[in-house]
Amino acid sequence: MSFDRKDVIKIAHLARLDITEAEVAATTESLSRILGLIEQMNAVDTKAVAPMAHPQDAALRLRDDRVTEPDQRDKFQKIAPATEAGLYLVPKVIE
Amino acid sequence: MFNKTVAELSALLKAKKASSVELTQGFLDRISKNRDLNAFISLDPERSLAQARAADERLAKGQAGPLTGIPIAQKDIFCADGWLTTCGSKMLSNFVAPYDATVIERFNVAGAVCLGKTNMDEFAMGSSNETSFYGPVKNPWDTQAVPGGSSGGSAAAVAARLAPAATGTDTGGSIRQPAALTGITGIKPSYGRVSRYGMIAFASSLDQGGPMTRSAEDAALLLNSMCGFDPRDSTSVDQPVPDFTASLNNSIKGLRIGLPKEYLGAGLSADVAKAVEAAIDEYKKLGAEVVEVSLPNSQLAIPCYYVLAPAEASSNLARFDGVRYGHRAPEYKDLTDMYCKTRAQGFGAEVKRRILIGTYVLSAGYYDAYYLQAQRLRRLITDDFNRAFEKCDVIMGPTTPTTAFNLGAKTDDPVAMYLSDIYTISVNLAGLPGMSIPAGFGTDQRPVGLQLIGKYFDEARLLNTAHQYQQATDWHKQTPKGFV
Repeated sequence: MSFDRKDVIKIAHLARLDITEAEVAATTESLSRILGLIEQMNAVDTKAVAPMAHPQDAALRLRDDRVTEPDQRDKFQKIAPATEAGLYLVPKVIE
Repeated sequence: MFNKTVAELSALLKAKKASSVELTQGFLDRISKNRDLNAFISLDPERSLAQARAADERLAKGQAGPLTGIPIAQKDIFCADGWLTTCGSKMLSNFVAPYDATVIERFNVAGAVCLGKTNMDEFAMGSSNETSFYGPVKNPWDTQAVPGGSSGGSAAAVAARLAPAATGTDTGGSIRQPAALTGITGIKPSYGRVSRYGMIAFASSLDQGGPMTRSAEDAALLLNSMCGFDPRDSTSVDQPVPDFTASLNNSIKGLRIGLPKEYLGAGLSADVAKAVEAAIDEYKKLGAEVVEVSLPNSQLAIPCYYVLAPAEASSNLARFDGVRYGHRAPEYKDLTDMYCKTRAQGFGAEVKRRILIGTYVLSAGYYDAYYLQAQRLRRLITDDFNRAFEKCDVIMGPTTPTTAFNLGAKTDDPVAMYLSDIYTISVNLAGLPGMSIPAGFGTDQRPVGLQLIGKYFDEARLLNTAHQYQQATDWHKQTPKGFV
């Protein structure tokens, strides 16, 4: 299959990426070519193969439930675009 | 001084024949004389020299280790406290990291000097360093050529002798491919060996940091500092780390080298094939045996990778939303609009492409067909390696299908760019250690890399195998004209 412009606009919105009218055509073309490459995977029957998520098939470790990080709020918030009273500021979400 | 290896510089420092301040200042001067290469994104001479002075005090007190006082260029993907850390992106063009990556912390403990942050493809997505927000890097061997990517700045810096050593990261070949194209030595350790904490994530199940150096011996020295279990990285492996320098001088008589027939067939340019064959002949002279092996699912590695890596990237890069750090769009209507504009402005074309592909393959209705199918192929590709390693100790072949291509040659065709990583990607999918060492030149006089692939956690053998070759040949000692 290949992408059409509606697909691209929908995926871009899911990914929270503004896309201009001018970009839609070129993106549709390049994504369709990449999808063509990806679909070479379909040539292989993998019904009997278990999916592999980790090279050593390791499971994630659990750690003890205790505080290990010091409070560095001021340091971390110094690089934020907008803060107030120790909080990150974003546009109003609820009226 | 510039042509000396880390091992040689370390000996000079210990013998008090040079100081770290002299070395650091010398390399900083050389970097500023060669700004045209665009190998560095940021320099902070005061910070570097302060580290050098501290290293000199340590050397004077006789408390120095092998890396104390050695200037090392850091790929701009590693967070370093107080350093601008951009990951090659406009999104992070104002991001001064508030903490150290584990790799940086380990170098600090060793007393190494951070010489500067090197240029790279944006968020490590690229094979030519041309996706960087800070512009492409030039290959010191031929400034018309790309240095490879994504660790292109680190590769060019080491090749042009602007730094004695550098770090890189490798998700699909980003250490080995630029090492090959610039005639230097680079090793991607086994997945889990080097902590990913503070290393800006691209594809978390594939990313791995490693050294880029002038020799296998230097790679061993750096790797000794970089490796080790880290509780702050949930995928760090708790495996004993040997002294990688201890086995460098072992004989490789009887070493079984596997040559995968799939790596030496169609698609490989004749001059690269010739250089690789000559390297294999050299290994035979050193007493190694050669056996043919097969990696039958090799051709599936690229399609499989271009599902898994973008899927993981789309999820990892969701954090760049303009709220806590980095770029925020100056104007927006509401919260969603702020996200959409911030991300549209902050990311470049290749990063957007990969986020879109990743979002698509993970979206409702497509997950099984793409993501799960890719994970199944990943196992088939890994099984191929495990079978091959029943017959051999090390697998060898070309690192790349051609020597360095020209700047701009593949920028309009993402699929052609992706295919330049055909021999490196499967190693990341399997999580194995892989290395590239210089093995001559192509007909265009650009460097050729020989790839060495090892069993899990067998970096010591790869380094030993590479070091023995470098004792018998001098390809790794060649310096690009104009940088001697």
